[in-house]
Amino acid sequence: MSVANAAHSVVEPSAGTRRFAGLLVILYAIITMIPLVWIVLTSFKSPDDAISYPPKILFKPSLEGYCNLFTTRSRQTPEFIQTLGQPHGLCDSIARSRNMVVAGPSNYVPRFVNSLIIAFGSTMLAVALGTLSAYGFSRFRVPLKDDLLFFILSTRMMPPIAVAIPIYLMYRTVGLSDTRLGMILLYTSVNVSLAVWLLKGFIDEIPREYEEAAMIDGYTRFQAFVKVVLPQATTGIAATAIFCLIFAWNEYAFAVLLTSGNAQTAPPFIPIIIGEGGQDWPAVAAGTTLFLVPIVVFTVLLRKHLLRGITFGAVRK
Amino acid sequence: MAQIRVEGLDKSFGTFHAVKAASFTVEDGQFLCLLGPSGCGKTTTLRMIAGLELPTAGTIRLGGEDVTMNRASARDIAFVFQLFALYPHMNVRRNIGFPLKCEGVGAAEHDRRVVEAARILRISHLLDRSVSGLAGGDRQRVALGRAIVRQPKCFLMDEPLGALDTEMREAMIHELRGLHDRLGATTVYVTHDQLEAMAMADMIAVMNNGIVEQVASPRDIYDRPASLFVADFIGSPPMNFLPFRGRLQVGAQAIWLGEREVAIPAAREALVESDLVLGVRPEHVRFTDRGMVRGEVYGSEYLGTTQIVTVTTRYGALKARSPSSICFRTGESVGLDFRPDTLSVFDKASGRAIRTALYEGGAHG
Repeated sequence: MSVANAAHSVVEPSAGTRRFAGLLVILYAIITMIPLVWIVLTSFKSPDDAISYPPKILFKPSLEGYCNLFTTRSRQTPEFIQTLGQPHGLCDSIARSRNMVVAGPSNYVPRFVNSLIIAFGSTMLAVALGTLSAYGFSRFRVPLKDDLLFFILSTRMMPPIAVAIPIYLMYRTVGLSDTRLGMILLYTSVNVSLAVWLLKGFIDEIPREYEEAAMIDGYTRFQAFVKVVLPQATTGIAATAIFCLIFAWNEYAFAVLLTSGNAQTAPPFIPIIIGEGGQDWPAVAAGTTLFLVPIVVFTVLLRKHLLRGITFGAVRK
Repeated sequence: MAQIRVEGLDKSFGTFHAVKAASFTVEDGQFLCLLGPSGCGKTTTLRMIAGLELPTAGTIRLGGEDVTMNRASARDIAFVFQLFALYPHMNVRRNIGFPLKCEGVGAAEHDRRVVEAARILRISHLLDRSVSGLAGGDRQRVALGRAIVRQPKCFLMDEPLGALDTEMREAMIHELRGLHDRLGATTVYVTHDQLEAMAMADMIAVMNNGIVEQVASPRDIYDRPASLFVADFIGSPPMNFLPFRGRLQVGAQAIWLGEREVAIPAAREALVESDLVLGVRPEHVRFTDRGMVRGEVYGSEYLGTTQIVTVTTRYGALKARSPSSICFRTGESVGLDFRPDTLSVFDKASGRAIRTALYEGGAHG
């Protein structure tokens, strides 16, 4: 303590304070990590271990959850199974140990693909539209600019699900229900307001002189936008894309309501994976674990931008 | 390079009238400074010449061609911004070469011209550096490099030295003027700094409240100000103003300041009895025992070779420039005399300078 006090600084936190802050962060990290760790552990448990009480921390790892996630199985008599030849791969042998045979692939992969297409499609659309309109609001004298911006923001003032029934009826009428296009449009319309507001803040910070210089150097406004504004807005675009993607990827309520066979995304699919005699918890956990992967990869790839994006504007240069 | 001709240029932003009927001509190869206090419309005028703003009325001709409504990219001009506007995501070489990329110049020619521009500005060693690490003066050189690489019709500069420290600014003033002369460029330069304008310009256009008050050489601006505003704005300390009431006849060589007669350059116009202002530069105030204005020394500022002495008189505080060898005591009673051939007379209501012999032989605004 005496050493820390000797080099006392007004702006720098002392060593003790810093250690305490570090401890808090670690504690918070542990608390938030526990459910995730629990999900990942459960995905490697056998169905019996998954529901045992007290819960098992140490267990014999099994890939049964993942096998059940990707396959459908049918129960057979042991005599029939005897008549079959060698099992086809790992999953088949796990199934046979439970008197079942693999009947075919499950719907998880198509649901996952739906999620990828809808989430990334709507994110790209929302960010593209958001960047263009944010640029317009930032640079041009738009009539009723403030009212329009408020109107755009006001679409976020109610929970989106409040308009679920009108949207359901509307989608049914125009034939958009249970289509990927319908879901992309829906998530885009929810995200675009966020994108406009976030990106307007970023573009406001880019001096107009850059585009003016480019326009004087012979470029059109659109060329200047592409060559000069976009490269400098990458931080904002990345941060906005992550926020949009997280929303579209995780959205549950509309997905349950508007999709079923064709365009269903992973979130409504995962909880209803039914196994032998009820919920197949390891398979649900396996589906959730894999569902986390794309968003983690995307966030890690863009994390430098995300950090800069969150602190953007706090300190110039 | 080309002549720039601005006629009756007007610009309104909503109800705010930023530029009012501005007219001036910059001859081929001339260096014109747009000088005025902030908010006077000088930058707006420059931006209209550049095509970054469209005028409400008036015409702009570049080399005889009417470009009033052309977009900036079609005008073939170069613009240097106060904050440089270097693209942060490109290095020095790509910044300088950016205008050439648009013109579709071949790779060899592109390289040659970038290297040549860098050589002229002595930044060859910086070509592969990132612009974010550069000092202010070097950044401004890169911005100039981007301007000269294309060999445009004219250069427009918006307070390009405003962001530099004093020492760097001094050096850049000479560099800029030298560059202008070597390239034979037509340049319009916006500044609020009269010393910068005086040091660099062939012609100065003084603006105030959106109006071009006077366009003339630096010498004429200083010696023959066309209005009270110009007389007050130019010079440090500014011109002394002594208000009086009187009338003038053509050829009159004196006015009555109170009960004393003051000789002035011969009047070239007649005026009925009205409120007038006599203008005297501090360096044209002399201390004499039998002076026509008496006052008390209020204080003096020592400036090295000269000093500025403030004297309280019945016309207000007058400032006089005198050799610093003379010693003045505060409170001392002194007489002041004015050099007759340098005095200006202004009409108080309009601010306009009265035509006298002084204003002949010099260019009028």
